[in-house]
Amino acid sequence: MVDVEEAVTRAHHDEWARVVAALTRRFGDLDIAEEAAAEAFATAVERWPADGVPPNPGAWLTTTANRKAIDRIRRENKRDDKQKEARMVYDDDPPEPLGAIDDDRLRLIFTCCHPALAMHARVALTLRMLGGLTVPEIARAFLVTETTLEQRITRAKAKIKAARIPYRMPAAEDLPARVTGVLAVLYLVFNEGYLASGPGTDPVRHDLTAEAIRLTRLIRALLPQDGEVAGLLALMLLTEARRTARVSAGGELVTLDEQDRGAWDAALIAEGHRLVRERLAAAAAGIAPGRYQILAAINAVHTSVRDIRDTDWAQVVALYDQLVRLDPSPIIALNRAIAVAELDGPEVALAAVDRLADTLAGYHAYHATRADLLRRLGQSQQSRAAYDKAIELAGNTAETASLARRRDQLR
Amino acid sequence: MQYLVSVIDDRTNPGSTDREPAISAFNERLIAEGYWVFAGGLADTGAATVIDNRGEQAVFSDGPFVESKEYLAGVWVWEAPDLDVALKLATEASKICDRKIEVRPFLAE
Repeated sequence: MVDVEEAVTRAHHDEWARVVAALTRRFGDLDIAEEAAAEAFATAVERWPADGVPPNPGAWLTTTANRKAIDRIRRENKRDDKQKEARMVYDDDPPEPLGAIDDDRLRLIFTCCHPALAMHARVALTLRMLGGLTVPEIARAFLVTETTLEQRITRAKAKIKAARIPYRMPAAEDLPARVTGVLAVLYLVFNEGYLASGPGTDPVRHDLTAEAIRLTRLIRALLPQDGEVAGLLALMLLTEARRTARVSAGGELVTLDEQDRGAWDAALIAEGHRLVRERLAAAAAGIAPGRYQILAAINAVHTSVRDIRDTDWAQVVALYDQLVRLDPSPIIALNRAIAVAELDGPEVALAAVDRLADTLAGYHAYHATRADLLRRLGQSQQSRAAYDKAIELAGNTAETASLARRRDQLR
Repeated sequence: MQYLVSVIDDRTNPGSTDREPAISAFNERLIAEGYWVFAGGLADTGAATVIDNRGEQAVFSDGPFVESKEYLAGVWVWEAPDLDVALKLATEASKICDRKIEVRPFLAE
């Protein structure tokens, strides 16, 4: 019995996206695809305990979902002409040739992450249609009510239908820009999991980081040549590898310099390093790396030493310099300054951080960084004020706890 | 599938004038490639009149139905197989007109 439950859970994990994507291709409708897939899994829960787990659960689920969808269409289109129905019932489409990159799931990803949809709708649709997360799960993850989330998903599906957002692979010339949008969605999901923003959630949401990694692995399998996909996967793996060391037993966020490096996940680090080396080889061959690849490389530097004192800060700063040229955002400049503090001292770093005051005054990490630099320079009073400001602005509970401790340790 | 493609002018941040030759060339292309259904530029919103005859008698008011810094300066109707095609053309149109463009599908019949 337990085995059957496990089989259903595993099938949901492995096959949900494939079933929904196959049905979307056949019926051209996200609602029908999603509901029929859900019904097929419900049927599996009923039937598998008695009948046994089918030898090919994915095929069983797709066939069952197809039947459910046809039943539904029949019920809803009673008066529709027979021909239209026949076209839906007899899938005489020869299965399309699935080349390296033409995959139902990939088309579904590009549909869910279409630039004509609002970012929050893209995130919700991707987690629902590809990740198979339920509406309450996604609502909880992003701290919105179920009603709000349901409305977002419904509106997005309605727009896909009404505006005719196509269910297909983007043209080759549009592909890089569209993949960028997909990666932005996945990175957002990952970051929300890695530094959950609400007072009512766990500080680290492993369900979300794991889901983001799973979907990025899927994209990586579908687009193995894309350097930024590899870069984002490496970045996620190298970040995820530090997850368990990141929150103390007391529920405090533990910063990189204080983490127990023995608790890092060696397998994830090895896999991340492999991907970074692959991209370094490509860079050596003249392919300029994008921002995820550079961020991954920075994380590779951090994760390649067992003792923080061995960190190659010159390398980290050099990588940030490269990143600043690509993305001159103040947040990147702030992170660069943190590395500069290690290389050139806190005074130089503080000067760089203070130049960001205008744009980052509302960002907790700006104040946390200043507080830390001021503390190192022995300016306790100013440091305390900066910690206060950072605590006021930080949303993550573990981070607030860690900042409060540092503030209270000031003399 | 038909799309209403609106050219949006902006009082505080107007686009450049003298776009006519480029727009004409773009229209020629839309016609040649089978996307063109209709196009027209609109007179200034000062020339608009709003009629409300939902009550006892018709009320006419001078000016557009909404006063905003952005207003409709012209429209196209395009026939395109899907939104991606419409968006691609609209991306070009925005550059050519030097204005914002809204793409909105007609209700499918």
